[in-house]
Amino acid sequence: MESLEQIRDRLLARFPGASVTLVINPGAAAEHSLLLGAAHAVEMARFLRDDPALQLDYCSNATGLDWPDKEIVETKKLSVADPAGGPAKIVEEKTKRFEPGYLEAVYHLYSMALRHGPVIIRLRTGNRTDQVTLPSFTPIWRSCDFQEREIFDLFGIVFAGHPDLRRILMWDEFKDHPMRKDYVDPDDYEWEPTPHDRVLERAKAHYPVPPPAPAAPVSPTPEAKP
Amino acid sequence: MSAADLSPFNSPFAAGTAGPSVRAVKDPFHGDLLEVSMGPQHPSTHGVFRMVVTLDGEIIVKLKPVFGYLHRNHEKIAENTSYLGSMPYTDRLDYLCSMTTNWAYALAVEKLAGQAVPDRAQYLRIIMAELTRLVNHSCLVGFLFNDLGTSFTPLLYAFREREKILDLFESLTGSRMMCNYQRFGGCRVDPTPEWLAAASRLVDNFPRFLDEYETMLTGNEIMLARTQGVGVLDAAKAVNAGITGPCLRASGYNYDVRKVDGYGFYPRFDFRVPLGAHGDTYDRYMMRVLEMRESVKILQQAFRDLPAGPIMDPKSKLRGFRPKAGEAYGRTESPKGELGFFLVSDGSPNPYRYRVRPPTLINLTLLEDMCLGHTIADSVVILGSIDIVLGEVDR
Repeated sequence: MESLEQIRDRLLARFPGASVTLVINPGAAAEHSLLLGAAHAVEMARFLRDDPALQLDYCSNATGLDWPDKEIVETKKLSVADPAGGPAKIVEEKTKRFEPGYLEAVYHLYSMALRHGPVIIRLRTGNRTDQVTLPSFTPIWRSCDFQEREIFDLFGIVFAGHPDLRRILMWDEFKDHPMRKDYVDPDDYEWEPTPHDRVLERAKAHYPVPPPAPAAPVSPTPEAKP
Repeated sequence: MSAADLSPFNSPFAAGTAGPSVRAVKDPFHGDLLEVSMGPQHPSTHGVFRMVVTLDGEIIVKLKPVFGYLHRNHEKIAENTSYLGSMPYTDRLDYLCSMTTNWAYALAVEKLAGQAVPDRAQYLRIIMAELTRLVNHSCLVGFLFNDLGTSFTPLLYAFREREKILDLFESLTGSRMMCNYQRFGGCRVDPTPEWLAAASRLVDNFPRFLDEYETMLTGNEIMLARTQGVGVLDAAKAVNAGITGPCLRASGYNYDVRKVDGYGFYPRFDFRVPLGAHGDTYDRYMMRVLEMRESVKILQQAFRDLPAGPIMDPKSKLRGFRPKAGEAYGRTESPKGELGFFLVSDGSPNPYRYRVRPPTLINLTLLEDMCLGHTIADSVVILGSIDIVLGEVDR
């Protein structure tokens, strides 16, 4: 199979104006991937599937990833010359950089016909709140059907072009997306017969403490007999 | 989306409300139809799986699977524990084949961390995986006859053999089904020579069980009438829908991850990949029987060649295990199909992302296509031949 760089170059030559970036995996597996721009993603995916040299006819795995907003503090060491003529001082300069978060969909593609793979492609959303729409690959690989529904359910990526985008594992009335890193499970998630520790604290916060019951009237004690 | 779009029934003909399990629906084309909710509490669904079936008389015109009754967000739980901490939990994914699920997870972590596995452990893994394949497939052929209506007699013949293997697992790992056997860089316990001798005897006797079972059941007239030509799966469609394992090979498509990826020591073994011709329920049944015969061959070679030596890589760390940042996707041929684990590490002791690629969930993609035009009784058999386990479908 040709290398990822060659695939990237062919994609860029075929689809001018599309964005294809090589994402390096620093781990021991060294499975690098291609980040596709969402605008041309469906055409590029169809090309990957139908190209005679690649024939990536099988999408094994489709999954989501959540990368929350990050605030990165970078420390730079600067040497400042001493105006009094002494030795130069080393001053630390801290800069804060805000890295916006995004959601990511990762697809592992193999070729069953040519028995090679994987080619890993990824798509990224604009942010984690309102720009969460990505093109669906279900029309290209039907195996994405349930998996994209699962990503929608658990991560909240909306797949445009999916034929039947509904929640799959959580119930339909459920509101949040539990696989997100900032997900907090609701306090009254499940009735617990014997709430304890952390659950008890949260249950208290959720259900107001009932007002103390009025003191029971003291029954008149029978007078001591003389 | 409106409330009707989100209804669990997702009926195109009527607004879905949580109603009775059988109800009439109107369709301008077909006329009067009946919508039947099969499951989640139904013995033929092999767990808590539900099919919302729309029937024209007895013929299925629409089928929607409904999942999630066993969902416990396994992936989130794994993100909140250490890498090794989710190893026992992988037993509960596919609770019939914990050994192969363990191996798939160990394989992905070893790929993520770049760990080696000693030779003896590689052989032991193959022995356990193929014994598990015998367990799973003998369960399946038993349950398939249950679904066909021969209540329990064939199943108990199959369970008799399965229980012998589970006894071996219990004496080795301490548990019949939740084995928790694999570790990153090897296995947990080394079998004794007596254990190996007993296992080898069992494997040598296994073809006798298969012959007996096949003599009684494979040529059975009712079995042939109920399975041949039922639930035909087209190979090209199956590839596109990501169907893997015996279901794909029953359609005549030769794709076995043991051969393609050659993970573990599988390239050292001489075995064949059985292929079907028609892709119907009967072929899917025969795939299981033939794969059991091939597993017996693999096991006999493994017992013959099993080397001595350590079962754990001396460099592997059980405590303070922190793989370098990166990601890895490891996939194996589990008895039910391609089981993969996708792991993302950020250098901490817990995985940043832990994803299970469940073969049985994805094999259900084409359930509707396979069932359309068949009777509701056939849908039970078709579902049985796909071989699902809900611990893995819902995770």
